[in-house]
Amino acid sequence: MQELHDEKTGKAKKERTPMPEQPADVRRMNFNEVTLGYRKEDALTEASRCLSCKDPKCVEGCPVNVDIPGFIKLVCEEDFAGAIEKIKGTNALPAICGRVCPQETQCEALCVLGKKGQPVAIGRLERFCADYEHQKGVKVPEIPEPTGKTVAVVGSGPAGLTAAADLAKLGHKVTIFESLHKAGGVLSYGIPEFRLPKEIVRQEVEYIKQLGVEFRPNYIIGRIKTLDELCDEFDAVFLGTGAGLPSFMGIPGENFNGVYSANEFLTRVNLMKAYDPLYETRVRRGNHVVVVGGGNVAMDSARSALRLGADEVSIVYRRGEDEMPARREEIEHAKEEGIIFRLLTNPVRILGDEKFNVTAVECVKMELGEPDKSGRRSPVPVDGSEFTIPADVVVIAIGTSPNPIIFKGSEGLEQNNRGTVVADEETGATSKCGVFAGGDVVTGAATVISAMGAGKKAAKAIDEYLKEK
Amino acid sequence: MGKTTKQLAKLSEGESLEDFVGPLGTPADIRKLGTVILVGGGVGVAPIYPQAKAYTKAGNRVISIIGARNKDLLILEDEMGKASTELYIATDDGSKGHHGFVTDIMKRILDSGEKVSRVVIIGPPIMMKVGAGVAFPYDVEILVSLNSIMVDGTGMCGGCRVTVDGKTKFTCVDGPEFDARKVDFVELMNRLAMYRGEETKAVEKYEEECRCGLH
Repeated sequence: MQELHDEKTGKAKKERTPMPEQPADVRRMNFNEVTLGYRKEDALTEASRCLSCKDPKCVEGCPVNVDIPGFIKLVCEEDFAGAIEKIKGTNALPAICGRVCPQETQCEALCVLGKKGQPVAIGRLERFCADYEHQKGVKVPEIPEPTGKTVAVVGSGPAGLTAAADLAKLGHKVTIFESLHKAGGVLSYGIPEFRLPKEIVRQEVEYIKQLGVEFRPNYIIGRIKTLDELCDEFDAVFLGTGAGLPSFMGIPGENFNGVYSANEFLTRVNLMKAYDPLYETRVRRGNHVVVVGGGNVAMDSARSALRLGADEVSIVYRRGEDEMPARREEIEHAKEEGIIFRLLTNPVRILGDEKFNVTAVECVKMELGEPDKSGRRSPVPVDGSEFTIPADVVVIAIGTSPNPIIFKGSEGLEQNNRGTVVADEETGATSKCGVFAGGDVVTGAATVISAMGAGKKAAKAIDEYLKEK
Repeated sequence: MGKTTKQLAKLSEGESLEDFVGPLGTPADIRKLGTVILVGGGVGVAPIYPQAKAYTKAGNRVISIIGARNKDLLILEDEMGKASTELYIATDDGSKGHHGFVTDIMKRILDSGEKVSRVVIIGPPIMMKVGAGVAFPYDVEILVSLNSIMVDGTGMCGGCRVTVDGKTKFTCVDGPEFDARKVDFVELMNRLAMYRGEETKAVEKYEEECRCGLH
């Protein structure tokens, strides 16, 4: 293999260009974005590391198959406008993906450079290009002649936005129905400002509106209108309703005041801006906050609680750190900020006072047993190891499942026993004619980019379905 | 009555809210049952009114009982009279109708021996709790309509969880109507009090701003 050398320093370019970020002791006090983004020189240095492989593996790792070497080559040539155009050829939400995609398990995991050193920081370069475009003003692509076909998209999260954008670019008239007052789904209510600024989400949604997509906020399918009614009114329907129903643990004391689902906690903070005194919605500011769970949502909840002014925030997770489903980067960021990790620990009871306020979480120590169906070693309680953690706010972040409201008035829409919609993996086609689905509503809670990938595949299938119809 | 209610009350005809969503929840199960007693307390009379119309339309004998602290706070009296077969009124201070609680009248009717199929009670949680307690021993279905604190109203936040028959339910999608005999009212009232301190402060601030002519 050819030896890589930086042209200026002569040093082997094994290491990626670091991402500028707010220092941990500063950012733990504010809701501003943690990472600051590459400057132009950072982007050029990093882009120059790309080998422009003839058979690029990274593209295979991307659920929406962005032409990664293609856009990085344009970055090298300082044609940033060309680079973002290349990305947007397949990805309608690059500013979001560049921030929240788990690149380390997708495109970057397959980068050839990763075998001997660090892979190209593809996500950071994608974000750089998207942010560059937002600064310069977003170019709206030409919209083809209308086909006369109409598509209803239910849900304006990553799956719905992606499907809507692709369908609009093909000339179909798309209407998105969103239950909340703001578009974006989990991008708006779930992922915190410090990880994904809401202004970014607003700009990306604005771009999709400019493609001619119509938004109908405050519109709950399953209540205000049923899926059956949508099928009558539109030529096709895409369901991207996500996994919005919070799971609770089912342990005593879970209804004490101060115990939140992560959905409620994060919605109050992100969507309703409870951290900002100018907004009306409140959230309880805890001094001792316990977050239950080990995923990205648990990290987001813990770090939000810290920024609201908690003295101590701990994450309680029943398995070990290696088993945590959260992104490594999020775990590291949380640790840097001073979040306490109480691993191999499981809550068994929540304690409260006479005024019904939570006071503590009783936990039991766990040890890892044999691997379970998911391949992770399953935790087993250690007898007699009970102890309590004082807490005035507890956030339950153990997962979500699809909101069953969509099944009301949806004759023939098959669901499986986990409450998810049964859909073809390649096309998103469901058991109901003309109805396609993708994202968390099909897979259960997963990532933004996998939802976008599903939205993309479904858009292609819907287009073919409409041509044949 | 919180700050937002006060803001809503200040709206004039023709003004609008930026966002509104609904209807939400599980629709009330209204059909012909025979005799139905509808009990509305305070602003709870407002949601009882469409039920009175619907139960009457479904062919029921509708006995409505509405109440308030005093006659000036009593709402929809004429409308309820028209929508019901019989209408009784109670005020805490005796300024109109029965001097006492709506539940006193309900008990009297249940004691009269008339076969009543269902009682629906809507009002402040304490009134629903007391009402459910009074009707408990009788052979009658008792429904209450709960008003838990919610964020989205679609089942997403779980803030409105209430214990019914020992199980956690979401008022927004599983409710708002539940079998009163199975509702944990103590938990409900405690959960409703969660933001009371903040709400009081918000009201005080808002009223102060109103006095200064800011709204």
